[in-house]
Amino acid sequence: MSGAHSSNGRTGGPLLELDGLTKRFGELVANDDVSLSVAPGEVVAMLGENGAGKSTLMKMVYGLVRPDAGTVTMDGRRLEIASPRDAMAAGIGMVTQEFSLVETMTVAENVALSGLGLGRVDRSAVRRRVTDAMDRIGVSLDPDRLVSMLSIGERQRVEIVKALFHDCRVVILDEPTAVLTPQDVRALFETVRRLTAAGLGVLLVSHKLREVAEISDRVVVLRRGRLVGTRVTGEVDDAELAALMMGSADAPTAVSEPDTGAALGLEVEPLSERTAGGARAAVLEIEGLTLTRGSRDVLRDLTIRVGGGEIVGVAGISGNGQTELVSVLSGTEPASAGRLVVAGTDVTRAGVAGRLRAGLGRLTEDRRGSVVPQLSVEQNLVLEDLPAYTRRGLLDRRAVRRHAEELIERFDIRARPGDPVATLSGGNMQKVLLARALSRGPRILVVSQPTRGLDIGAYRYVHEQLRALRAGGGGVLLVSEDLDELRSLSDRIVVLLRGEVVGEVSAVEASAERLGVMMAGGVPA
Amino acid sequence: MRFVLRGREPRWLAPAAVAVGVLVTVALTAIPIRLAGANPPAAFERYLVTPLTSTSGLYEVLLTATPLLFTGIAVALAFRAGYWNIGAEGQFLLGAIGTTAVGTGLPDLPAPVALPLGFAAGALGGLAWAVVPAWLKRRVGIDEVVTTLLLNPVALLVVQGLLNGPWRNSESGFTDSDRLGTAYDLPALVPGSRVHWGFGVAVVVVVVVGIVLTRTATGVRIRAAGQAPRAAEFSGIAVGRLQFRCALVSGGIAGLGGASQVMGVQHQLTSGISNSYGYTGVIVATLGGLGALGVFLVAFLLGDLSVGAQNVSLVLQVPAQLGAMFSALLLLAVLSAMSWRRYRVQWRPPRASAASESQPERGPTR
Amino acid sequence: MSLNLLALIGAMLTIATPLVWAGIGELVVERSGILNLGIEGTMYLGAFVGFLAALRSGSVWVGLVAAIVAGLLAGALMGLFAVTLGLNQHVSGLGLTLLLIAGCEFTFRLLYAGERPTLDDKFRVLFRGADVIDQHWLTYVGFLVLAPLAWWVLGSTGLGARVHAVGENFEAADVAGISVARTQYAALIVGGALMAIGGAFLTLAVLGSFNLDVVSGRGWVCIALVIFARWRVWLAVAGALIFAGTNALQLQLAITPAFGDVPGELMLALPYLTVIAALAIGGRGVRYPGSYLKAYRRG
Repeated sequence: MSGAHSSNGRTGGPLLELDGLTKRFGELVANDDVSLSVAPGEVVAMLGENGAGKSTLMKMVYGLVRPDAGTVTMDGRRLEIASPRDAMAAGIGMVTQEFSLVETMTVAENVALSGLGLGRVDRSAVRRRVTDAMDRIGVSLDPDRLVSMLSIGERQRVEIVKALFHDCRVVILDEPTAVLTPQDVRALFETVRRLTAAGLGVLLVSHKLREVAEISDRVVVLRRGRLVGTRVTGEVDDAELAALMMGSADAPTAVSEPDTGAALGLEVEPLSERTAGGARAAVLEIEGLTLTRGSRDVLRDLTIRVGGGEIVGVAGISGNGQTELVSVLSGTEPASAGRLVVAGTDVTRAGVAGRLRAGLGRLTEDRRGSVVPQLSVEQNLVLEDLPAYTRRGLLDRRAVRRHAEELIERFDIRARPGDPVATLSGGNMQKVLLARALSRGPRILVVSQPTRGLDIGAYRYVHEQLRALRAGGGGVLLVSEDLDELRSLSDRIVVLLRGEVVGEVSAVEASAERLGVMMAGGVPA
Repeated sequence: MRFVLRGREPRWLAPAAVAVGVLVTVALTAIPIRLAGANPPAAFERYLVTPLTSTSGLYEVLLTATPLLFTGIAVALAFRAGYWNIGAEGQFLLGAIGTTAVGTGLPDLPAPVALPLGFAAGALGGLAWAVVPAWLKRRVGIDEVVTTLLLNPVALLVVQGLLNGPWRNSESGFTDSDRLGTAYDLPALVPGSRVHWGFGVAVVVVVVVGIVLTRTATGVRIRAAGQAPRAAEFSGIAVGRLQFRCALVSGGIAGLGGASQVMGVQHQLTSGISNSYGYTGVIVATLGGLGALGVFLVAFLLGDLSVGAQNVSLVLQVPAQLGAMFSALLLLAVLSAMSWRRYRVQWRPPRASAASESQPERGPTR
Repeated sequence: MSLNLLALIGAMLTIATPLVWAGIGELVVERSGILNLGIEGTMYLGAFVGFLAALRSGSVWVGLVAAIVAGLLAGALMGLFAVTLGLNQHVSGLGLTLLLIAGCEFTFRLLYAGERPTLDDKFRVLFRGADVIDQHWLTYVGFLVLAPLAWWVLGSTGLGARVHAVGENFEAADVAGISVARTQYAALIVGGALMAIGGAFLTLAVLGSFNLDVVSGRGWVCIALVIFARWRVWLAVAGALIFAGTNALQLQLAITPAFGDVPGELMLALPYLTVIAALAIGGRGVRYPGSYLKAYRRG
């Protein structure tokens, strides 16, 4: 692994020290006796799978969650952190995973929010202070723009300025690259280097090995709430880190699998032997699809074709029409113009039921928005198909139960049919949704962000299912912000920008740089 | 001492929470009872127990519970679908108006025609009053809480307007309506008592709604639409249309309550035909967990309470409003107690885990 | 048909006063993300407690103070339900209203069963002269002090920014070090006091007595006004004036001969219907505050 990086250590003592932090949620132990330290000018990366407890740990440091045991120390002084205000006062800044910005306020107002007293606000002074801070940090944004008008990358920059607006000694970055393009990631790392040069300590939470390798000095690995290892970045390789993250049972061979590599954010070799699926009959034809909202064209004249036995990936910076494309395809939003054909049937005017009948399956990014939490697993599994389980006006409970048991078996869902869906883990919920979509034998499956937030096991499982569908002659339209996932699965990748298709590459030609350029609107060399 | 999220909820917790709610309510209402100069235990006995100790008292309770069954299940159905129908009061009144219209306009029809007609007119009246807010929500996206709420005082004004004007009693000149044709009198359910067939209709309606909600595909759709509208839409459920229909049915059921009250008890329209039944219906629905069985139990309880309150007001000089205070307080106390279920008390923070026994004991983090 | 315009405007201002006080109270609360259906009960409480205290003490000022205190407590109680316990706001607010109204009626009947007590000393009307300026001081304060102050605080101070942030995005406020609970409690307490003043105005200034229908739905009208006003102070004041205007119009027309045939009830209903119509026309695409109706739990 590359990336050895000299740390500007000051007087040698650690800046931030976490000692024995523990947190339980009911019966779930999120963090178990975790201790680590960050020195001035050092970047410490916290690695772990999704669900390992990284976010909870950071929330404890930042006062959003109260630890059950353990202490946080800054410069040798023990901190009492009961709220984010205390953390800020102690010099800890945090850029959260889900941005916490007030959409109806401007950039300047959001940044300065934490410093406002109760009295009159001197707007011009605030603006000046915010602009100064942005210059200091190396970020350029229009301070008077409403946050609701900013892109994801810009919003993250606001978050960073916000975190650093007051005097900070340590900055926590929680999965900062999850929604960024390769270019944005580079800009972010540039900012991090500036911060460490100024003597700040940085705690970077991530599950992507490659990025961790590039920017960190030390790596600590969390697994199932416990700290399982600390390494110096230059002295350890991917395989060992992967082994620590996943537990040695799954380890050394695992990293050579493309799915695992993709899950860990490692470079994925595009496989050269992939069949060009164009010759097979189309299972999804999108022609001239346009969606106009207000005065804006959110989708403009889209034409995409997916053949049977083919996985077509859709790449693009978040917010360029992907979500809208999926909702129009799903049937939850009507298109303004264009034609949609599923396995030979024109479904442009059809509702959800009609599309399902024609052979469409869907798995959207909004996991929690696709299930009814208080209903049981079995009820959710038949939710799309209720008329089929009705006899003489009443619901045939036994048939519903049987169907659920069958799917639980087939898809390895760790739950009982009667369990309320809300109690399931993210991975299991995704399996339920996958089961629901696949059990009807769709000809084309539209999926969006299928593995976001899942642990490695679930990640691999989902990819397996998608490949199985392809092998069986079905088609998949895969919308994902995870370039590695796209490259690992797709036969072809189309790139979306501002609601239009701006390019298409085959699997072999699809390098990260090439895709990144197209996503940003440039023309690849 | 801290509050920590529970892992799994023991089954005894929900009934215990209800019990706590009841106890707190009893304790708190003992104060105004004392202030009124009465002895709380004696008063409570009269409130809750006395009505049930005699058959006539029992019948009075059933009689009083009848309108609450209608409004309770009406509100429960709407709430389940995610439609916040706070307008059951107005819908009840419009139902009464509808029934009075046919009852005084066509007084000479034979009973087998008159009674169903009276009910139908009541249902139609309630439904009509529910249409405007439901339509505004569906087409324009206006929150139904405000619109249904505002139509309640308007409904009362309509009643008063009719009674002061065209429907003023032709014999006495008082501001109540003419008596309905005798064919519109609901016969007694139990001969000799005041309990009328409206109670029977109420029971049937509650049972039917209960079955629909728990055992039919429509019930699953309704519950999905109410709990997770986006997920329901995604699965092909037409949430907007479903909520609209539930809003109308809810209004219609509340209207049936008005019809039942006119045909079974008063036999004419008066401005006092509703004793806050619509608002109390919200209490019945919520405390009843939005389910048929719960609605039965709570309507019965509140009917018991109301009969007792009349008794207490006469005998012990405690104003009858205590009954309404008790039910509102019960709602708040039980809801509050139920919200505590998810937490348990932790008196001392846990020691460090076994894996690090060798480390020195840590003090509590504040 | 003769219309005394000055008298109309004068009546309009008076009728609008409780709506302005209570409406701004509700506006502040909803800006922080809470729907307070306890407003009707709080106004009622303010009307009753104000009246009772004034009657017993002989001073309307004591009555006003007592009403304010009662309003603060009612707001805090709603805070207990909506903020601390996170109960469903529709149901707990309605429950609170039912409780407060029943409680006031109970107390009134207990103390004055059969009697109809009146205050000797009401809040005087200031500046007797033309009808328009013939108002109680609470009206002047409401329009000239409260409204501009509320507008300024909500729009130009750090306190207003905090309320805005809490009402839009709990996490954003929390992460910025703003206590969501404290802000919402503060909004509820201040709002409760304002609502109670609105109610007390009815008994202490206008009527000089108390009856069981004293508020009769004005609280609900305020709820509608706040949404209609998109949570902006000046629009809420304008809405209050519109509602009051139709109400005042009804009073005038009821006593003019040509309109005698139109039932009084229709005219009384007109204001409510006007508000509903205004909501229907202006309510399209309303963007509710981001935290509306939600309860905040960290982590």
